[in-house]
Amino acid sequence: MENPKIKVQNLNLFIGKQQILKNVNVEIPEKKITIIIGPSGCGKTTLLKSLNRLTDIYEDINVQGNIFINNEDILNTKTDITILRKKMGLLSQRPYPLPMNIYDNIAYGLRISGRKQKKYLDKRVEHYLKQANLWDEVKDRLKSPASALSIGQQQRLCLARGLAVDPEIILADEPTSALDPISSQYIEEKFVQLKEHYTIIMVTHILRQARRIADYVVFMYLGEIIEQGTAEEFFNNPQQEKTKAYLKGLFN
Amino acid sequence: MKLSDLKISRQLRSKLHNKWMYLCFAVILILAPALLFGLYIKSAPLFEQNGFSEVIFSNEWKPLSGKFGFLSFILSSLWVTILALILSVPVCILTSIYLIYYAKGFVLKIMHPIIDILAGIPSVIYGVWGILMIVPMVSKDIAPFFGYETTGFSILSGAIVLAVMIIPFMLNILIEILRTVPEGLIESSLSLGASKWQTIKFVVVKKALPGIVSSIGLGLSRAFGETIAVLMVVGNVVQNPTNVFDAGYPLPALIANNYGEMMSIPMYDSALMLAALILFVIVLIFNILSRILIRRYEIKVA
Repeated sequence: MENPKIKVQNLNLFIGKQQILKNVNVEIPEKKITIIIGPSGCGKTTLLKSLNRLTDIYEDINVQGNIFINNEDILNTKTDITILRKKMGLLSQRPYPLPMNIYDNIAYGLRISGRKQKKYLDKRVEHYLKQANLWDEVKDRLKSPASALSIGQQQRLCLARGLAVDPEIILADEPTSALDPISSQYIEEKFVQLKEHYTIIMVTHILRQARRIADYVVFMYLGEIIEQGTAEEFFNNPQQEKTKAYLKGLFN
Repeated sequence: MKLSDLKISRQLRSKLHNKWMYLCFAVILILAPALLFGLYIKSAPLFEQNGFSEVIFSNEWKPLSGKFGFLSFILSSLWVTILALILSVPVCILTSIYLIYYAKGFVLKIMHPIIDILAGIPSVIYGVWGILMIVPMVSKDIAPFFGYETTGFSILSGAIVLAVMIIPFMLNILIEILRTVPEGLIESSLSLGASKWQTIKFVVVKKALPGIVSSIGLGLSRAFGETIAVLMVVGNVVQNPTNVFDAGYPLPALIANNYGEMMSIPMYDSALMLAALILFVIVLIFNILSRILIRRYEIKVA
């Protein structure tokens, strides 16, 4: 691949004595949707979290190897971790609205990096809520707590909040697994629009979802990368026996 | 023969179990109102004789001439308790944050038994420790530093001993509360570019605030009622304290020192019951206030 946005080399990750990721090598193309797929417990989420070094906060996790983002090794150089994380918006399985009102949820990322002028914040909040198709539903109650929103709305709020810090990459960890079909469809459509500007990496175990929106697919099984390639190759012409079995639904 | 050997139908047995559990529940439910009512009955004669405002807002304490003014005792109790909270709450909050978010896992594992031991030490031992360590320290070092003179048996000594006593109690609750803050929430804040400290300050503490308030409320109730350790170091002089180096005479100390001793004086037993009633009511008020605070906050934020 030419100029991958993210390049993972020989990544090994241990939780205590248990090895979760085994010699992972992945390349992720820029401004495409990359889907990481595989059965539960295969290390998809862990791989995703090591990309923005959320693995740092757990003291029993030990990471070895290299992860290059824009050709910069984020594991082994002294990267400013808050700047690194701001390059990546995270959308988790369940939405976790911050314990504050809707407006402050969006403004949070901007405020902590020092943007405090009210006019600027007002504009940004409106812009990103519109981006996430939430503005019309919440514009009259920006000051009410974010936890009062429905779970689908909360997930869109989290998307808006993530976009508001102006990331280059969106990391999504089964972002539709807690949502109803309509909210899920909305998130999928949004991702397809967003890939024009962002590199999107999404973890899922729903094959149909992967078929619908993937440009590039990474298939993981028990901590190893079994196969990776463009969606077309992956779905139409899989090389590995395990991939074929998985695609036929013969797993588990 | 065991109950299960009897040929009783399952429905009947189920009903039986329902009944006795209901009974246990009812006993607990009735306990507090019964206590309150009993105290009220016992202390009512004093009210009727001296009048409500006279009893609560006067600080004239002359049992021999029938004058029972509780103001000094109420004020002493409030001084000691609030000062103890001022000393202990910041320590507890910062310690619990440190243990959960900064310390290595084994530190918390070591701390848990230590906290339990501290919480289990009988209060009379804290009292002795107060007399041997805190009282001399207050009289020789702390009070002269601020330009006061004191025997050391003072509000401050009581508050320090009390603070040390309620720290393990509040710390235990706070640790559990911080543990309930979901990791996903912390990860969300971090991935928005917040530093660890910003995350703790703006997200963790905010999320845990109702729990923090209720742990303070519980600590306060405990501190307010603590008797032996406090009465050993607080001086037991009937006066309105004007600064923390004055001696005080909190309500529980009054009851413990005099119950059974002064009963020949008319109305004295009624007065002690009233002291208990006041204690009860103030703790109740604090509890209700912290509930209201939490409810308001939950509607506004969480």
